[in-house]
Amino acid sequence: MVITTLAFYLFALTAVASAILVIVSRNPVHSVLWLILTFFMSAGLFVLMGAEFLAMLLMIVYVGAVAVLFLFVVMMLDVDFATLRGGIAQYLPLGLLIGLILIMELGLVFGHWIFSENAPDLRAAVTPIPEEVENTAALGQLIYTDYIYLFQAAGLILFVAMIGAIVLTMRHRPNVKRQNILDQIYRDPGEAVEMKDVKPGQGI
Amino acid sequence: MIGLEHYLTVAAILFVIGIFGIFLNRKNVIVILMSIELMLLAVNINFVAFSAHLGDMVGQVFTLFILTVAAAEAAIGLAILVIFYRNRGAIDVEDVSVMKG
Repeated sequence: MVITTLAFYLFALTAVASAILVIVSRNPVHSVLWLILTFFMSAGLFVLMGAEFLAMLLMIVYVGAVAVLFLFVVMMLDVDFATLRGGIAQYLPLGLLIGLILIMELGLVFGHWIFSENAPDLRAAVTPIPEEVENTAALGQLIYTDYIYLFQAAGLILFVAMIGAIVLTMRHRPNVKRQNILDQIYRDPGEAVEMKDVKPGQGI
Repeated sequence: MIGLEHYLTVAAILFVIGIFGIFLNRKNVIVILMSIELMLLAVNINFVAFSAHLGDMVGQVFTLFILTVAAAEAAIGLAILVIFYRNRGAIDVEDVSVMKG
């Protein structure tokens, strides 16, 4: 139990610290790397909560795909990021004010928040976490049966995102010579080759 | 003993950091997108914490869905960013007025 507590505080503090470093880093590449650390620490928190599959998914999807995508774009765009840092002093008070208000509101919610006595009985359609199977199997038993439409919708969203990204970033360049196989097939030898009778010493 | 409140506190702090990041980096779209990812991560932590606390598996199913949407959002956002940079040669958010919005 002590180990769990220690692990929680390690993961939580590292996650919060690296999240702060994400937004204050001068170099966006560093921001992305801190973001990766935040995701890793959150995956640790997920494991502590007993959601192992989601922890692995967080690592594969976020660290493996989204963060690398960010890194790719940051390095591909040749932007002077120093100029983008300007005007921070202008926005800092407003940001601090809104952040403070939000955290105060959330603190108030947490401070005065209790479960009512009969709330657990009033919940409808509860899917209890099964004791005998592990987290991944339990999730699989759920998303392929009761939540199959949600699962399909997730797949559709990814599909649309893929098509959208391709459509957005693909560009047709004019004046690029490409192979046209149909033209090659329909080439007629009779038209392609012209026989000329060249007289000696005259040329064409 | 680590309870629900601990996880909710971490999630709340992460969410506020995400919102603060949007205000702090008003000009840099890439960091704004990263801040949005942070906020979605905080929401995910909330969902999983309640799922574990209430013993209801549906929270984790919904987290799966949020993860998918976040990945799609990042892909589309970065694609828009790339074509914006290709057209304008800069990614200043304040100059984004092509659509007269």
